[in-house]
Amino acid sequence: MKIILTTTSPNLDSEIDPRFGRGAYLLLVDTDTLQAEAHPNPGVTASGGAGIQAAQFVTDQKAEAVISGDFGPNAFNALQAAGIATYLYADCRTARQAIELFQAGQLQRVGAPTQSGHHG
Amino acid sequence: MRIAVASGKGGTGKTTVATSLALSLAAEKSLPPLFLDCDVEAPNAHLFLHPEFEEQREVGLLVPTVDEARCTHCGKCAEVCQYHAIAVLGKKTLVFPQLCHGCGSCTALCPEKAISETPSRMGVIERGTAAAGISFARGVLDVGEPMAVPIIRELKAWARSEPGQHVIVDVPPGTSCPVVAAIRGADYLLLVTEPTPFGLHDLRLAVKVARELNIPVGVIINRDGSGDAGVDEFCAAEDLPILMRVPFERTIAEGVARGQTLTEIHPEYAERFRQLFADIVGRASQ
Repeated sequence: MKIILTTTSPNLDSEIDPRFGRGAYLLLVDTDTLQAEAHPNPGVTASGGAGIQAAQFVTDQKAEAVISGDFGPNAFNALQAAGIATYLYADCRTARQAIELFQAGQLQRVGAPTQSGHHG
Repeated sequence: MRIAVASGKGGTGKTTVATSLALSLAAEKSLPPLFLDCDVEAPNAHLFLHPEFEEQREVGLLVPTVDEARCTHCGKCAEVCQYHAIAVLGKKTLVFPQLCHGCGSCTALCPEKAISETPSRMGVIERGTAAAGISFARGVLDVGEPMAVPIIRELKAWARSEPGQHVIVDVPPGTSCPVVAAIRGADYLLLVTEPTPFGLHDLRLAVKVARELNIPVGVIINRDGSGDAGVDEFCAAEDLPILMRVPFERTIAEGVARGQTLTEIHPEYAERFRQLFADIVGRASQ
């Protein structure tokens, strides 16, 4: 299963980045092989709509789930439309730790945006 | 003569200065000025100038609507949208109207002709006559709408001055797109600031915007006597004229809180503002 995590550096032992739209990297991980592929988040430099751009990228990568610290309304709606499951990091410090908890079914799945969005 | 009154930092006294200047000119000129309240997110000049609105118009953008029956989810629309207002997510194409700038690229470039445009209201523009015969116009952005620029543009295009009529533009705070939209076309920019580190920080940014737009700038220091000497030092170093100082004074604060302009609180300000205007006319023509 392919999932995407937001991270501060481009590898599995990276610290998590709690921001979805503007997190530094989108780390694409195959949970069966633990092979990871880091992509700079296309939303980082967007003047607006960062979350949508990141969600579009996640969809294009055919990931089935995303783990991040926070999902705004636009990002959440986009991910939901694409049928991608959204999970929260909670207390995880590294991507590796989050993947372990994800596989153990211990991460919280979210069914609504976790903040009200950024404008201006 | 078109004078824009801006500040960078909010709450420094833009509207106090702009409305006082308008009233001072109206008292003397045969043709009272046109006042444009471009602070469409929080217009408040009406509290001081008491306009009666005679006309109102809705302002909106044309935003895309996707016909899912025709859409093949090819992704062209998402690719061409510079604002990420449309996304193709697997078998769904989603529109985010609040991010849409109404450019029409998605509609024009959709290979399946699956996109049509629907008007989406963002707010209103209004005009009428205010105190002392001032022509008054303002824009009001609807609550929850994030984009101010289209309303400011429409307001400026709709509320035109008569030949020989001076224009005073009350600009929104900040230094982003709405400020640029409001300032553009001005002959002179008055920057109202306060002598505090916050005031100075935003004044620096506002001066950069003015220089980018190639508009001459003068500074008004409000609440003069509070804070520190930073703004004075900056103006001296940057060769920016300080055209007026309004003292930090309880009487003024109380008057403004009651909805009075400087010229109503201290009538001698009317003459000071007319001198300021003459000073600006001289500087703008240099």
